[in-house]
Amino acid sequence: MKDVKPIFSALMRNKIGVALIVLQVAITLAVVCNSVFIILERAERVGKPSGMDEANTFLIGSGGFTRDYDIKGAIRQDLDLIRSLPGVVGATQTNSVPMSWGGWGTGIDTQPMDPNGERRAKGSAIYMGDEQAIEAFGLKLVEGRAFGPEDVMELTQESGITAKSIIVTEALAKALFPEGSAVGQQVYGIANDNGVVTIVGVVERMQKPWPTSRDVEFSTIVPLREGEGSGARYLIRTEPGMRDQLMKEVEAKLVAANPHRIVRDDRTIETVRLEAYRGDRAMMTILIAVMVALLIVTGAGIVGLASFWVTRRIKQIGTRRALGARRLNIRSYFQTENGLMIGMGIVLGVVMTYGFNIWLMQNYDAERLPWYYLPLGAAAVFALGQLAVLGPARRAAQVSPAVATRTA
Amino acid sequence: MLGYYFWLAARSLRRNAILTALMIAAIALGIGASMTSLTVLRAMSGNPLAHKDDVVRRPQVDNWAPARGWNQNDPNDLPNLFTYQDAKAFYDAQKAKYQAIMFPNVLSVEPANREVKPYMATVLFTHGDMFPMFDIPFLHGGGWSKAQDDGNARVAVLSRATSEKLFGAEDPIGRTVRLGGEDFAVVGVMNYWDPRPHFYEVSSGGFQTAEEIYLPFNLGIERELNSSANNNCWQDPGQGYEAWLASDCVWLAYWLELESASDADEYKAFIDAYVTEQKKLGRFPRPLNNQFHTVSSWLEGQRVVSRDVRTQAWMSAAFLIVCLINTIGLLLAKFMARASEIGLRRAVGASKRQIFAQYLTEAGVVGVAGALIGLVVTAGGLAGLRLLYGEDGGATGLLARLDTTMVIVTALVAIAASIAAGLYPTWRACGITPATQLKSN
Repeated sequence: MKDVKPIFSALMRNKIGVALIVLQVAITLAVVCNSVFIILERAERVGKPSGMDEANTFLIGSGGFTRDYDIKGAIRQDLDLIRSLPGVVGATQTNSVPMSWGGWGTGIDTQPMDPNGERRAKGSAIYMGDEQAIEAFGLKLVEGRAFGPEDVMELTQESGITAKSIIVTEALAKALFPEGSAVGQQVYGIANDNGVVTIVGVVERMQKPWPTSRDVEFSTIVPLREGEGSGARYLIRTEPGMRDQLMKEVEAKLVAANPHRIVRDDRTIETVRLEAYRGDRAMMTILIAVMVALLIVTGAGIVGLASFWVTRRIKQIGTRRALGARRLNIRSYFQTENGLMIGMGIVLGVVMTYGFNIWLMQNYDAERLPWYYLPLGAAAVFALGQLAVLGPARRAAQVSPAVATRTA
Repeated sequence: MLGYYFWLAARSLRRNAILTALMIAAIALGIGASMTSLTVLRAMSGNPLAHKDDVVRRPQVDNWAPARGWNQNDPNDLPNLFTYQDAKAFYDAQKAKYQAIMFPNVLSVEPANREVKPYMATVLFTHGDMFPMFDIPFLHGGGWSKAQDDGNARVAVLSRATSEKLFGAEDPIGRTVRLGGEDFAVVGVMNYWDPRPHFYEVSSGGFQTAEEIYLPFNLGIERELNSSANNNCWQDPGQGYEAWLASDCVWLAYWLELESASDADEYKAFIDAYVTEQKKLGRFPRPLNNQFHTVSSWLEGQRVVSRDVRTQAWMSAAFLIVCLINTIGLLLAKFMARASEIGLRRAVGASKRQIFAQYLTEAGVVGVAGALIGLVVTAGGLAGLRLLYGEDGGATGLLARLDTTMVIVTALVAIAASIAAGLYPTWRACGITPATQLKSN
């Protein structure tokens, strides 16, 4: 350690060279910390289960041509047909599925709605579903019961939501009723005219259609069936391994059963997931690429500069060796020098990392960077620097004392 | 002389091949990364109506809940759509040169040509003023008149792709198209209109393709439709379509074009007067805070450019800076290592200016090589983005294409950057005095 002071003084004679490395290290630290933070945040989101049986489920849509299209008859006929196919575990008409980025939402409350908005209701997604909703989505019922056919009501513009029962997710149930069971409780925000509906069942998990939404597991299934219009969407769950085959079969049979409509948009839930998180995956890949390139460039730059400095100081090194310095002393000189520069870079980098993070927070609602990112990032950058200087330092240690006696 | 400097530069660069490769690679990577993200950023930040930015306007009024704003974190972030009653009141006032209310939906299309299977098409219900207001180019025919709007005329404007799908290459004006079980007369075919961003309706993403078919706004109301993009309510609208139209739910876009930019204050005063009047009726419980956007301030306020793209741009800019610092450091080390050579050349008569030219040439050669490889990296980076985001769905994938402007900008930035990086080391090299160097030798 007693060597540090002279090394520092020597460094200060090459201020520009040091400043370049310090700045490079600082920016590298800031970019690496913030990138890793974003990458982990995305990885967590992408890895979250939707609650559905994703591998064995698909969607298919139907749209009638005419204004007087018999939607109610069509849905009844279609569901009967789909459910009669061997290999179908469950099928329901619905409005949306998790991760699809399109759907309905409402505020649910244990008290009548506050029209001023002072009391904040729990923002929940609304999924339509019938007596087979739990089977079709592939959800796990943890409490209460599924819907019966008598729960299912028709939805029209004129009628509004007349359903009397709902099924909620465990996360929403806990938020509404922190103590005790939610089953049997009445809530506001779904039924017409500030009326109540009764929670009849609780499912373990079901995400909202919007993966980035706050409280992403606040979802409600309402026993509703389309009562007007011309479009309907069916969600169908099959026995394992039968999805692709049944997708084709269902499409063909629906087309044959009713020529007054268009059968379209058949998609597996795996496709829905892939598309939902495509942007997040892309972001992760891009940030990893930038980060790796940055580390390589910074590392290579340190190797290059250190090599030059060794070359320029060959005579000085030789003199030190001739005066009795051991190889180890020479090596440790260059490593200490490197450590000092990286250390200064880290100090500046910490300031920049937080500055960048605060800027991201103010402009893009980013989260605060957890404190432990900095020591981890700093250790990584420090290790990179020591690794980069290893080669040049070793070469410096090989310089023969005899060099001192030669003229350059 | 310059030829000689190039020869010297090539010799010097070859002598430290690994170092040269490192510098060129650093510039190429830095340029490639930042140009890739800048290309996407630039494409996303486009304003399709930049030439009419001061006259085409989008008002925003705050009809949200008394105690809870549209965006609780930002009181100036207002509902981004209109209620039916407000949009209708603005439209009916006819205070501007052009005005149009619009909302998207889908309708079935039953082609007369039996070879084309029926399909669902995206439809924009809008007023006829939209066509001249947005400078929409027509291949055949044109839009419809206010009289046709008022008379609920069954008329349709088709996108060029839709026209070609339904009628082939022929002019379909006067033919009918069957939409949602009803016949419409085709009055116009657009000539490739697909603005990016999709500025007039951004409530469900700013980069979807323009609608396939355009129908009079009133027919959408007659069909009792709401928006297929976004419908937002802060209180229960009640049952039935009449209640929906009378509610405080927002779902409509409203655009207008002023006669001239100087009419802006007058129109803003009209909006303020309207909202103040409505307040007396018990609506608009929040403080008076009306906004009167241009297309550009609207796109800015709606954050059409995605947060990820901006973050990527910042990260790659930081990366470029590191690459340049790196190059400065390496050039500096390299030039200083040749101090004795420089001293010798100065001693035998080379002027500072000549040394400067020689070493800047060397930096420039690194820059040109970096620029060329950087272009390849940019093209590769954009291809990577298209692969990652998908060309069909994602805006980034769709917009990740290199155009001539960006090729030129990339090349210029790379060369400028490496010359800038070379300036300081070159200046230092010039500062070497012949005497000290010769002495130490």
